Amino acid sequence: MMIDIDDLSVVFGIGRLRVTAVKNVSLHVREGQSFGLVGESGSGKSTVLRAICGLAPTSGGRISVDGKALTSPRRREFYKTVQMVFQDPYASLHPRHTVDYILNEPLAINGERDRENRILGALKDVGLGPAYRFRYPHQLSGGQRQRVAIARALILRPKVLLLDEPTSALDASVQAEILNLLDRLRAELRLTYVLVSHDLAVIAHLCDDLLVMQNGEVVEQTTAEALRSGGVATAYTRALIGAAEGFSRR
Amino acid sequence: MNPAMASGPLLEVDDLNVRFHLRTGTVHAVRGLSFKLGRERLGIVGESGSGKSQTGRAILGLTPPPGEVTATTLRFDGVNLLTAPRKTLRSLRGGRMTMVMQDPKFSLNPVMTVGDQIVEAYQAHRKAGHAEAKDRALAMLEAVKIRDPGRVFSLFPHEVSGGMGQRAMIAMMLVTEPDLLIADEPTSALDVTVQLEVLRILDELVSERGMGLILISHDLKLVSSFCDRVLVMYGGKVMEELPARELQKARHPYTLGLLSCLPKLHSGTRPLPVLTRDPAWLR
Repeated sequence: MMIDIDDLSVVFGIGRLRVTAVKNVSLHVREGQSFGLVGESGSGKSTVLRAICGLAPTSGGRISVDGKALTSPRRREFYKTVQMVFQDPYASLHPRHTVDYILNEPLAINGERDRENRILGALKDVGLGPAYRFRYPHQLSGGQRQRVAIARALILRPKVLLLDEPTSALDASVQAEILNLLDRLRAELRLTYVLVSHDLAVIAHLCDDLLVMQNGEVVEQTTAEALRSGGVATAYTRALIGAAEGFSRR
Repeated sequence: MNPAMASGPLLEVDDLNVRFHLRTGTVHAVRGLSFKLGRERLGIVGESGSGKSQTGRAILGLTPPPGEVTATTLRFDGVNLLTAPRKTLRSLRGGRMTMVMQDPKFSLNPVMTVGDQIVEAYQAHRKAGHAEAKDRALAMLEAVKIRDPGRVFSLFPHEVSGGMGQRAMIAMMLVTEPDLLIADEPTSALDVTVQLEVLRILDELVSERGMGLILISHDLKLVSSFCDRVLVMYGGKVMEELPARELQKARHPYTLGLLSCLPKLHSGTRPLPVLTRDPAWLR
């Protein structure tokens, strides 16, 4: 297994302000698999992702990646294995850093060699030419920015990509391009994905197995096939599928 | 002819243009838009930059400077919005025509309670004492299906959830009983299940009160399941106008592209078809 999470709990705040964002969640992701987490806002889906990469405190349970239990704080090797792509490319890229600087930074931190070619290679992987290398984020469209964010995540050649709503800030036509890109990269680079989205159709498109969450708990684990055929076990998942069909007058 | 049009259109827009004169040149955000609206539900759909929001703003006279609005006709229930004195416009805006904005977090006043904001909206357009205005506000909160109106009345916007905030916003916009409601992405900041609840409330109120509704959204499927008619916009121009029920009969390559590039739950096309934009569409 690439990622094993057993009985994970995440608690924020103390006393009156105590909020349990994730309650006893377990999930297992095989190498090369694309695994989805779906739910409404406040369901804890993003918190699970953030707990994996150390951005949220774990107050119970175990996480291991590639067979190794995670340390807190994470070691540098961890970030060479696991990288994250955030939701809003307008917020996740430093506005005063060029694309070149953004892509160079992880290489410099990790003392990687051959940076020139790695940067050009990463840009090529995400379908941007070398012409984009010295641009600032404001000179790029939303879709191009998200490509840069994906290039930044790929530049350390990780095995796992954590994708937190990677297309929900983008237009429908741009979303299609990014989804196709993610599909292609997973096949070419044999990546493992954990994808968080509120959009069932996006999850069903990219993932085979998925977890439906609500209020920090797992509602059910199911497959994209079951979503399509309607073979889901809980009323909540059926309600989500119904909502994805659009508005209907009763 | 649509029976809703029989008594003459509520809103007439002919050759609407919105231009922004910037240092770097002129941005032509809306290019020659024309439509008529009766007491019906019209959807305006487009991606970002298509001019759909600027259309809604221009109708209400909310185009931010340095924007310039021109049209051959821009008429609301017989009033020429282009030449009407400011005073007339102010009484129409928020009174007989109102607008629901996208995100309740940014469009409600953070330092006023939800109830006081609805009271303020009501008193700005009706001669009414505080007690009467408060009664109206409470009734309106109930109409948007808020379970405990008395409690929500005295809450501040940061104390209510997104769905609740958006209902409060709708309550505020409908308390003056407008004839025209423009809803600019009223549900995109909300969860899917809450989204449908809010739309259902809007739908009931609009049909009960016989209002005209313009729903502006990026979500072609959602809009076509909700509205009677849909305008598809791209680059400031209308690409296609369709009865919402006949979405599957869409002809324009842009509309077809928008429909096919969405991932679908029931068919796993890979890779997804990607939209190719034709510069000829804008000529």
